[in-house]
Amino acid sequence: MSDSNSKNFRTDSPLDIARWGNPSSDDALLKRDNDDIFEDSKVLVNIGPTHPAMHGAFRCMAKLNGEIIEKSYCEFGYTHRGKEKLGENRTYHQFVVYTDRLNYCSALINNVTYAMSVERLMGIEVPERAVWIRMMCAELARVIDHLICVGINAVDLGAFSYFLYGYHQREKAYTLIEKLCGARLTTSYTRIGGLMSDAPDGWERELKEWIKETRDVVDEMDRLLTENRIWMKRTKGVAIMNREDCIKYSFTGPNARAAGLDVDLRRDQPSMFYDKVDFDVPVAQTGDVFDRYYVRMEEIRQSLNILTQCADRIKKGPIWADDKRTRIPEKDRVYNTMEGLIHHFKFFMSGFDVPKGEAYTPFEAANGELGFYIVSKGGPTAHRMRIRGPSFWHYQGLDPMIRGEYIADLVAALGSINVIAGELDR
Amino acid sequence: MNINTPIHTIYGYFNEKFGTEWKVVAESLTAHFPEAIEATLMPGVADVDMPTFFLKKDQAHAVLQNLKDVLGFNFLTDYTATDEELEPRFHLVIHLMSLSTKCRVRIKIKLADQEKMPTLISLWEGANWAEREIYDMFGIHFEGHPDLRRILMDMRWEGHPLRKDYPLRGYQVFLTPEPLDPELLK
Amino acid sequence: MAKDGSSDFFTTKLDDMVSWARKNSLFPLPFGTSCCGIELMSTLASGYDMARFGAEVVRFSPRQSDLLVVAGIVNLKMAPVLRNIYDQMADPKWVISMGACASSGGIFNVYSVTQGIDTVVPVDVYVPGCPPAPEGLLNALLRLKEMIANGDTHSQRREKALRGELS
Repeated sequence: MSDSNSKNFRTDSPLDIARWGNPSSDDALLKRDNDDIFEDSKVLVNIGPTHPAMHGAFRCMAKLNGEIIEKSYCEFGYTHRGKEKLGENRTYHQFVVYTDRLNYCSALINNVTYAMSVERLMGIEVPERAVWIRMMCAELARVIDHLICVGINAVDLGAFSYFLYGYHQREKAYTLIEKLCGARLTTSYTRIGGLMSDAPDGWERELKEWIKETRDVVDEMDRLLTENRIWMKRTKGVAIMNREDCIKYSFTGPNARAAGLDVDLRRDQPSMFYDKVDFDVPVAQTGDVFDRYYVRMEEIRQSLNILTQCADRIKKGPIWADDKRTRIPEKDRVYNTMEGLIHHFKFFMSGFDVPKGEAYTPFEAANGELGFYIVSKGGPTAHRMRIRGPSFWHYQGLDPMIRGEYIADLVAALGSINVIAGELDR
Repeated sequence: MNINTPIHTIYGYFNEKFGTEWKVVAESLTAHFPEAIEATLMPGVADVDMPTFFLKKDQAHAVLQNLKDVLGFNFLTDYTATDEELEPRFHLVIHLMSLSTKCRVRIKIKLADQEKMPTLISLWEGANWAEREIYDMFGIHFEGHPDLRRILMDMRWEGHPLRKDYPLRGYQVFLTPEPLDPELLK
Repeated sequence: MAKDGSSDFFTTKLDDMVSWARKNSLFPLPFGTSCCGIELMSTLASGYDMARFGAEVVRFSPRQSDLLVVAGIVNLKMAPVLRNIYDQMADPKWVISMGACASSGGIFNVYSVTQGIDTVVPVDVYVPGCPPAPEGLLNALLRLKEMIANGDTHSQRREKALRGELS
């Protein structure tokens, strides 16, 4: 470990790098009393579980040599909600709401991925309009997630007004999502085999207006921060995770692309209609905080491109798959006929059966590869509902990433990999 | 209509795209490690979405090394376990992806209750936390793991929540915060 | 006090005076753990602007704050931490339980989740919703101010009980 990560050390550090390899007084460090803790200037700093710099509830303990992190230790589980266990105890239909609470910054992507996973097990193809709406949802959520990530990363490093630009635009996006499904954050928009409701008339037009505004705002944000000298000093060359380490620690998404690991499941394993739209995958080379920030900024622009294409190409049509197993009965039938009422009752109380089989369905979520590994043994509940959240793997890479960095850069590094407690702890 | 129904909008064309590649992997593995592979499930025939190889525990490391270095499956996508409630009780599930072809395979290893598994950290550093999570949730021990402790639950927790015999509402209340383990930063 | 300023004093109870001062300068500690934390941030940000109600100075140190906003899940591993933070806050202190998870466990009736933070700390105002819209939190804040003015909060009632004033 020390061998491969030694290249991550900053070369301009005033301390002797070679000395960090074998700290001799490790054992004694935690046992000494306060008087001699400064003996060799090693201090233990505990950040979290509730700390403004930790976005969510997790904990990071860093052993400092002066101002430099020698080793860190990350702990989490403070928001563990047993979603995988609940997946085994709730019906497939009921589990939709739990997927919202995975990555709550981009709940729509989780909804879409989960719906795809179950549909794949059942062999259901949703109609074209539903697919386009799902794609738009995914991209809208991606823009929101990236805006939050770069905004909060900037707040942590002192650029407060930058955050407000992004947040303002995000509120407008939430208004769009509210029109779609009535909720702002936890949307539960998709259903197995379709969508909760159709997009209202003129939604695409409003979306296009929002896209136009957001383009300007993103350009403005770009001008405001990207070439700012302080920002560049705080981010360039900080917390480098190179390509090899990204593979070792299973980094995906923007964090991996910032290090030159050119994987984007939207392009490489296109689901939905991603093979029919035109977009680029931004890739940077260094893998430092700046690259992670800038890849996200570029991805916002690409997502806006995809959104424009989707809004142009979407047509009227059905939003439910022609499959009686998963179709929620029409309200008209439920209220007026006995059979409809029974159907409704059976659908929501006992759920629908999913045929035997197992599938791992990945999708490029805002943070990286989100995958649902569902093992079905028949019946209305899953035998195993594994959720592969990208943050789990990214947070693991935090320790090698920040070794040899200054303690203040821990905040920058953590903000840039965008660890979301919901999908980290599940 | 089940997992083998081709759906274009959800990776449905994978059988055409990766069909030959999957066959090559399966043939290569059976040729090189005839002893190590207990069973092979291929998509289209069995109810799986990607080739699934059941490996023997003793030779799993060698096969995974071969998959990583020779066949190019160098990216550990996911590492988890399932409680099958059968003998042997647990299946370790490893999802691998090839970064060059984006082809995926699934490896399964059967483990009895209390049986130990050699760690995979030497192959992928990222397996560290995944193994800790499996230990936390299923109680599977990993031999040679440098830091096998609970990861999601409190360290004073008893039992392993994702085992099928653990109750859904098996609360355990602690009145003090989780103590700091002085061994952590060694 | 008359409009022409002829009388330059007015009478009130000291308690009311202090409550008035307290309710208009709340220092929230955002204990945001999950989804509700994002909505809490929205409430603090420009669109909804919690500053309008005298509660914009967010303090992350429990010793500098008097309003604990528990936004999001508190599981059994976190519950003792929450109690520690609550104990560190100086009296009088108020607690808003934001969202279904914090108020009752919500949809997460599962092995790791506290079924309501009122098993850990006394809660003054519950905000329903999963997560509540920012308007909901603002409403809770106004309700809390009302309660502080009337001396109805847990902290104030405890104070009164210690003085023997509570019947």
